[in-house]
Amino acid sequence: MKEAKRWIRVTNVENIPLREGRAVEVGGHIVAIFNLGDRFLAVGNRCPHRGGPLADGIVSAATVVCPLHGWKVDLTTGSVTNQPENPQCAKTFPTRMEAGMVFVEVSFANPSVDSTQPGCLASIAQDLSLNRISGEA
Amino acid sequence: MNKLVVVGNGMAGVGCVEQILKHASKFAITIFGEETHVNYNRILLSSVLAGEKAADGISLNSLEWYEQNQIELRLGVRITDIDADRKTITGDDGSITPFDKLLLATGSNPLIPPIEGVKKDAVYVFRNLDDTRALLDRTRKGLKAVVIGGGLLGLEAARGLQVQGCDVTVVHLMDRLMERQLDLIGGGYLKSKMECLGMKVLLEKNTTAILGNGKVEGIAFKDGSSIEAEIVVIAAGIRPNVELGRKAGLQVNRAIVVNDYMETSHPDIFAVGECVEHKGICYGLVAPLLEQGKVLAATISGNKGPRYEGSVTAAKLKIMGVDVFSAGDFSEGASGTDVVRYEDAALGVYKKLTLRDGKLAGAILVGDTADSHRYMDWLRAQTDLSSQRRQLLFPAPVEDTGLDIAEMPDTKVVCGCMGVTKGAIIEAILQRGVNTLAQLKECARASTGCGSCTEHCQELLKAVVPEFQEDTEKFLCKCVPFSEEQLREILRSQRLRSVQEVLDIYGNGHGCEVCKPALSYMMDMLWCGDHDEDRSARFINDRVHANIQKDGTFSVVPRMRGGVTSAKELRCIADVAKKYRVPMVKITGSQRIDLLGVKKSDLPKIWADLGMPSGQAYTKGVRMVKTCVGTDFCRFGVQDSTRAGIELERRLEHLYSPHKVKMGAVGCPRNCAEATVKDIGLIGQDGTWQVVVGGAAGKKVRKADLLITVESMEEALQAATLFFQYYRENANYLERTYDFVERVGIGKVRRDTVYAPLAVQQGLRERLRKSKRLARDAWLEGDEPRHPTQFVQIEPLEQINQ
Repeated sequence: MKEAKRWIRVTNVENIPLREGRAVEVGGHIVAIFNLGDRFLAVGNRCPHRGGPLADGIVSAATVVCPLHGWKVDLTTGSVTNQPENPQCAKTFPTRMEAGMVFVEVSFANPSVDSTQPGCLASIAQDLSLNRISGEA
Repeated sequence: MNKLVVVGNGMAGVGCVEQILKHASKFAITIFGEETHVNYNRILLSSVLAGEKAADGISLNSLEWYEQNQIELRLGVRITDIDADRKTITGDDGSITPFDKLLLATGSNPLIPPIEGVKKDAVYVFRNLDDTRALLDRTRKGLKAVVIGGGLLGLEAARGLQVQGCDVTVVHLMDRLMERQLDLIGGGYLKSKMECLGMKVLLEKNTTAILGNGKVEGIAFKDGSSIEAEIVVIAAGIRPNVELGRKAGLQVNRAIVVNDYMETSHPDIFAVGECVEHKGICYGLVAPLLEQGKVLAATISGNKGPRYEGSVTAAKLKIMGVDVFSAGDFSEGASGTDVVRYEDAALGVYKKLTLRDGKLAGAILVGDTADSHRYMDWLRAQTDLSSQRRQLLFPAPVEDTGLDIAEMPDTKVVCGCMGVTKGAIIEAILQRGVNTLAQLKECARASTGCGSCTEHCQELLKAVVPEFQEDTEKFLCKCVPFSEEQLREILRSQRLRSVQEVLDIYGNGHGCEVCKPALSYMMDMLWCGDHDEDRSARFINDRVHANIQKDGTFSVVPRMRGGVTSAKELRCIADVAKKYRVPMVKITGSQRIDLLGVKKSDLPKIWADLGMPSGQAYTKGVRMVKTCVGTDFCRFGVQDSTRAGIELERRLEHLYSPHKVKMGAVGCPRNCAEATVKDIGLIGQDGTWQVVVGGAAGKKVRKADLLITVESMEEALQAATLFFQYYRENANYLERTYDFVERVGIGKVRRDTVYAPLAVQQGLRERLRKSKRLARDAWLEGDEPRHPTQFVQIEPLEQINQ
């Protein structure tokens, strides 16, 4: 199936507090969106390590620290910055702000294929378990 | 017993008394101090102004010390007169005190130049703790401050004011800053360094008037120009305080004249410190004053012999990033003076040595003071440098730092401020079991002055102590390069009330997962909720008051004081477990019930349904008190441990601490609730309670130390809460009580808590009370979330319709 991309209007900017993240389910992806003050950044809401909810992590500059075991994910590239022997990364999503809303661009035709970037390790099976983490849809 | 009266409670006077005590003196000692503080380290006033230290953090002698040495301390009394014939002194409170021996250590007063308008309100001097406090109260961001005087004190004051946010200008009469310590070139380097820090420096400006009608608006100079100012700090030098010397009829020139034995012209009156003149010289730095004190102590206690022969003076500027050192005579004019010079304008490094007869006469170091100790030794020992002439500025690199220390003779002074030699430090280590820098400071006084010898002391400890323990005073993290102790002082003195503010002013602006939660804790501990609580700086558990699990769900543990519950509570918990399909219900090791696998969005509903307070099982705070059944049913119980445990939990619940605090209370020494391996334990015995602290039964197993044994339950609770607050205020973040107690030592913990002077205990209690008054059950946030999406799952505004 051919993959298509679309910008989705997600939420009011005030719903994501400064220097915090929130998880949102958009088109089959659980996306963690972070408010960095001057911009919003988004990554898949699962740590490449053991699937921890990145949206619940502490933000440090443009990185987030997973609350489970402290892996640090660069929000601009998705790469893990403090595990040199584990060169894995989370998926990133383009974001923009418009009229007080946060928009995220997601692919939707075949989301599971797209849940990680090429070269990254993550299985579709793990992806499904995300629904439990983020709570009700 | 002979009565020794000391006028002056400063570093020179008390330093001398410390030496007198070493002579096993038979004096009844009374010390009068005009200020209302115990003896403190005047050198560090600039650190207080700069917020690096708290006002009470620079005390040198505690009230306890005076008590222990049976010294009568009379604070806030100014001595106004001396009757040298009758041997009495008169205080401004009307008291007349007789003496057998009198020691004058009256120090000096700030020199106020003849400037019109110096009596205005916003004109300050910078000489004592009260001046410093007054300045701190006045400063604010953007305040235009002018410091008159570009000497050591003026520059340090200027930097302190600048750190407080003031817009600072230094005005100096001479053609260079610190002209007594620097030549023209060195002064130039210093000026550009001060300007780099962001302050303005005006040289060769003779201030004639402070302008403004009532308040300060500016200052005017002799050349007709003027600048704006809202406050003025005068730091134009000091004048020996010799009024009493004159009244006693002593020989006084510029200051009270003393001979090599530190005797004045009256056989029973002695003088020491900044108020004396020896061979025509008055000293204003701490090291000579302490040298004088040693000699005088020998003289006054009947061991006359040691002579004071003058000191080689050295000065060091204490401004972070502006290294300046100067010692001896650096003038170049005299014939037979050789000058060795090194300059790197781009690096801002300037070094100059003057030599006479092949020996070092003086040294100036700006921008790099690493070699200052070596030059001081050469000056003091008058070392013949002919053979080292080619390596004066650049010694052959020492390969092993231990070697350097090993080569040092025992007589070498390591701590110049306190005059502590290498030999004295080694003796303290070997004879008195000193293991850490903190102990070395307490025991031998080394490194308690300006602190520049800290590294040498550390090296000595490393070399001599078999199992050297690095002091745990480390930087919190690289985002905010200060120790936690420093940060607590900074927060307190600068009244910083948000984590982001601390990061912006003292750190890299963004912080990380290490420093943000630590700073958040400090905020809460210091301001007890009266601060800007920034949830983004908190770990997720403290954002939603539940413990995150491996799958991203949370666990819920309601408070069950002392592990005692009821049918009603249990029914309620059962209903909740069923209603929210809680995957696991478990009895914890701490006598409570854990509901595991709860979704974030269900948390507020569950809390509301439970109607029980948070058990804080997710946070660094008060966990619980585990109890045994005590006297109610147990046939062995001798104390009501259940009631004690419930009461202890009630007094401390909802409070946060550097790490989790697990407690236990047992009714007899059988110890069924394992109180001896808890952070705080109460152990009931027949007729008494033992309070134990610092136990552990986790990764590490440690038997708790006995804090105190008391008779009543109330006393036990008091001791436990006292320790709790002490731990809260002094432990580093994430330092469990068992690490804290081991680091500090149970002896010090006792001295600072249950055996501390009453005022100290009351201070701890009062601060705990204040925190407790403002502390609230975190689960109440379920009804009033701090943010609309704190618990709520965000739904996207649109979905993809496939």
